[in-house]
Amino acid sequence: MTDRHEDAVKNLRKLVDSVYNQMSAGEIPVMELSTRSKKNIEFDPKKSVWVYGDMKTQRTAKTVTGATMMLRTACTVQFIEGMVKTNKSSTLREMYYISEGWGHGKFSSQDESNLLAEDLEIMSGCMREDFKLRPEEDGARVMGDFTLSEMTKKGERKKINCLDDVGESGYGVPYNVEKDNVQFHGGNAKFVVAVETGGMFDRLVENGFCEEQNALLVHLKGQPARSTRRFIKRLNEEMSMPIVVFTDGDPWSFRIYASVAYGAIKTAHISDYLATPTAQFVGITASDILNYDLPTDSLSDKDVSALNSELSDPRFRDEFWISEIQAMLNMKKKSEQQALAKYGLDFVTDTYLPEKLTNMGIL
Amino acid sequence: MHPNEKKPSGSVPTANILASKQKEISITEFFEKNKQILGFDSKSKSLLMGVKEAVDNALDACEEADILPDIFVKVEKLEDEEYRMIIEDNGPGIVRKMMPNVFGRLLYGSRFHALRQSRGQQGIGISATIMFGNISTGKPAHVQSKIEGEDSVAWGMDIVIDTKSNRPIVSNEAAFSWENKDSGTRIEYFTRGRYISGKQSIFEYLKNTAIVNPHAKITFVDPDGKTFVFERATDTLPVKSKEIKPHPEGLEIGDLQKMSQATHQKSVRAFLINDFSRVTARIADEIFKITGIKPEKKPSNLTRDECKDIVNAIADVKIMAPQTDCLSPIGDTLIKKGLMHVLDGMRPEYYAPPVTRAPKAVNGNPFTVEVGIVYGGDIPSEGQVTVLRFANRVPLLYQAGACAITKAISDVDWRRYGLEQRGGKGIPFGPAIILVHVASTKVFFTSEGKEAIADLSEITEEIGLALRLCGRNLKSHLRKRERREHTRAKFEIVQIILPELAKRSADFLNKPVPNLDLTISKIMNVIWIEPSVDSKKKKFRKITYTVFNYTRNERSFRMHAQLPKEAVNLTLFSEAHFVEMTEDGKAAWDIKDLPPAASTTISFELTGDMADVFSPDDVYISGINPVIVMGADPLPGDWGIKGIEVTEIESEEDLIEEEEEEEEIQEVLEDD
Repeated sequence: MTDRHEDAVKNLRKLVDSVYNQMSAGEIPVMELSTRSKKNIEFDPKKSVWVYGDMKTQRTAKTVTGATMMLRTACTVQFIEGMVKTNKSSTLREMYYISEGWGHGKFSSQDESNLLAEDLEIMSGCMREDFKLRPEEDGARVMGDFTLSEMTKKGERKKINCLDDVGESGYGVPYNVEKDNVQFHGGNAKFVVAVETGGMFDRLVENGFCEEQNALLVHLKGQPARSTRRFIKRLNEEMSMPIVVFTDGDPWSFRIYASVAYGAIKTAHISDYLATPTAQFVGITASDILNYDLPTDSLSDKDVSALNSELSDPRFRDEFWISEIQAMLNMKKKSEQQALAKYGLDFVTDTYLPEKLTNMGIL
Repeated sequence: MHPNEKKPSGSVPTANILASKQKEISITEFFEKNKQILGFDSKSKSLLMGVKEAVDNALDACEEADILPDIFVKVEKLEDEEYRMIIEDNGPGIVRKMMPNVFGRLLYGSRFHALRQSRGQQGIGISATIMFGNISTGKPAHVQSKIEGEDSVAWGMDIVIDTKSNRPIVSNEAAFSWENKDSGTRIEYFTRGRYISGKQSIFEYLKNTAIVNPHAKITFVDPDGKTFVFERATDTLPVKSKEIKPHPEGLEIGDLQKMSQATHQKSVRAFLINDFSRVTARIADEIFKITGIKPEKKPSNLTRDECKDIVNAIADVKIMAPQTDCLSPIGDTLIKKGLMHVLDGMRPEYYAPPVTRAPKAVNGNPFTVEVGIVYGGDIPSEGQVTVLRFANRVPLLYQAGACAITKAISDVDWRRYGLEQRGGKGIPFGPAIILVHVASTKVFFTSEGKEAIADLSEITEEIGLALRLCGRNLKSHLRKRERREHTRAKFEIVQIILPELAKRSADFLNKPVPNLDLTISKIMNVIWIEPSVDSKKKKFRKITYTVFNYTRNERSFRMHAQLPKEAVNLTLFSEAHFVEMTEDGKAAWDIKDLPPAASTTISFELTGDMADVFSPDDVYISGINPVIVMGADPLPGDWGIKGIEVTEIESEEDLIEEEEEEEEIQEVLEDD
């Protein structure tokens, strides 16, 4: 049991203790936590990330939801303590199934177990990883001339170069990317390109973009997992590597960038731990669609409402994003990264990225 | 030009030629050419119209003779579109020599001149049915009837209507002995048409008839030979409506002229006082003063202008509203009974207490409006609500769009009463059935087919008021249910979730399991009264109320309910909490010193016909702050019963509880 885990259990125990004491005193138990919505996120100028504001939500045992959440909290905390003691970890999905035996504390969907885990983070000030809870999906793939070391199952530290020591699928980011597990040593790679889709990641690898431009490629796999975002953040902070985000050109991809750079609404309590404020958006922008005359699809109704919702999202409230979002709404079109293939398979590595990255001052 | 008006012959040749072509058209002939006026305009409707006319007549006749109606209807398919229709009743019967006229002559009847509520009005119906059958199949109708009395011979005959002369042609007239029949009439005729099922079917018509005539037993055999029986729900006959003289309000000049010619009265004064209702000597004198007509004048000498003056004067004179005993509303209890009896298969969740409005008059005709609403259960919740329209206890199945009832329903904003409605206009949506009954000495229809009530503002407004009253009952039920569900959720918290939470956290912290009583009473803070019903047998229900005290103090109070007196038995009186029951069935129970976190039960049985009329949710309390009671309302002021007085001065703690309760209600609102 490490200190981190012990601290977590101590803090979680306090939560249960508070509920217990309120009941012993004949009170109606309540729990308080930050309101987790778009309305309650604000910019932290010191850390340059978006964090929760002062709005609090009170959970009271007067309502079925509140009382059930408290029961779940007690069950989950007991479960976490058990894992820490026996040095086990579980996926959120496993916890969802384990909750079958928790009577009325049982989760009725996996979303509920995910949300509770995040609630516990907010209330205890610890991280999900400290609770020995890990997400179902593993982190992203990484490719490029960069050396790091990781603890093996045998408890030895092993060095891995993300170009030479890995196969085609690259280095897999583990769920724990903290220093006790993953340490950075560096290599020729000078900057990081975080890529949304697997297709584009493979294209860049095949075209030798890593070697040619000394880039470290990270595959985001859609909305990136927490470990991926933490991994990127550490590369930026500890190795001073600039980060660029390369996604499709649609409202959902804008959100992927926002969660990498500004922090996600759901996890705003740990934004300073996950977000990389200096990350830049390389494309596909609305202007790219016009400038490069890319093949497009029409915006669906959902796309339009997502764009409109972004206009009222404080994270997108700057000149660049407002004009990009407006431009996309005006042309009513979106485009994929792989649409660049219109000009041949090498276009993205020979022309598009070099042009854009040079303009951004990366190359 | 009126069909039977003859042109005097003149010297103009053209007119002569025309005159030779002009001849009297019999009413029968006229209607044969215009059968849609009578409602025989489609094949499926023709079948229904016959049944409708015969059943309406049968119910009217039974009512008049104080007989509980037992009506038999059979529709038999012969070939293609030909049907044999049989309608039999146990009414008073028709004397032999009147039978040809009743069945074989249009516009022949006893009610055309009477001013009272009845189903049939014009006397067109049954003979038109028989005529239509004659025309469409070429076969005569066979009618038979038996009247009560020593002369126990029944008479039967075949009837065909001569459409030219409006006279019946009778054949095969014969006496016979009708076994096992005290009295009654049976009509058998052949007709062309199409049998349908669904909204405008004979089945639907009979079902709806059974709803508003719970005193009738109706048996129906459909063309497949399937028999449906709508059993009698009550042995109480409807109150007989009295015949009244015309009320002068809304009288037309022509009516007055006709009546003044026909009257036996010697003077206009006597004519006004004796031939009209609500005209007193004082009112008659006022009319003479305004018009300047001599009171002793012979009525038959009144000129058209004088009649016009009288009609105008009537409008200026204050005359009492027409008396209302000419009406026979169904009444709230029997509407509910009828609805329950027929709709019970849908297991509705709620029968809103039906509303019967006080009578009003339109054009000198008294009328009253009744409304019932049934909600929830298996009533389909998709689509518009079902509207059951009735005029003088007769279901209206056609022309819903043109009907004042439909208009009145569309004009109500049902969203306020818990039903969905697009833009607050139109027929609402949801799991409900709305019944509207308009009873009047003369129902104004949009046409002779008597399918839609004319949109007269007085009537439409009155329907609207009744709908809103009944809607309010529905809304209060829905609100009560919502509140109950909210409290039920709290039950789950205090009975299941909190104990689990207490045990788990105590386990985890290695501490003793805390006592939750105080926390629980703070969360609940109610006296909870929960009814349950056990009705395994027919005409038997055992009602049990469980009373929980989820407050911090001992509680005493009185519980009240209005029970159907004829349905209670010894189990009520021997119950430990029972206090008393009044003449009209208002029962009371006392709960004494119920400790916090404790519960007790009150139970009794109801048996017989009226066992199902009582709805267990309608229970009241006195002697306790109603804010802290869930599942019962405060005793209404108009109950005429003194509940126990609140003797104790509210303790400070009680006041605090009240505030908390208010907070909670606010919280509920925010949750919405």
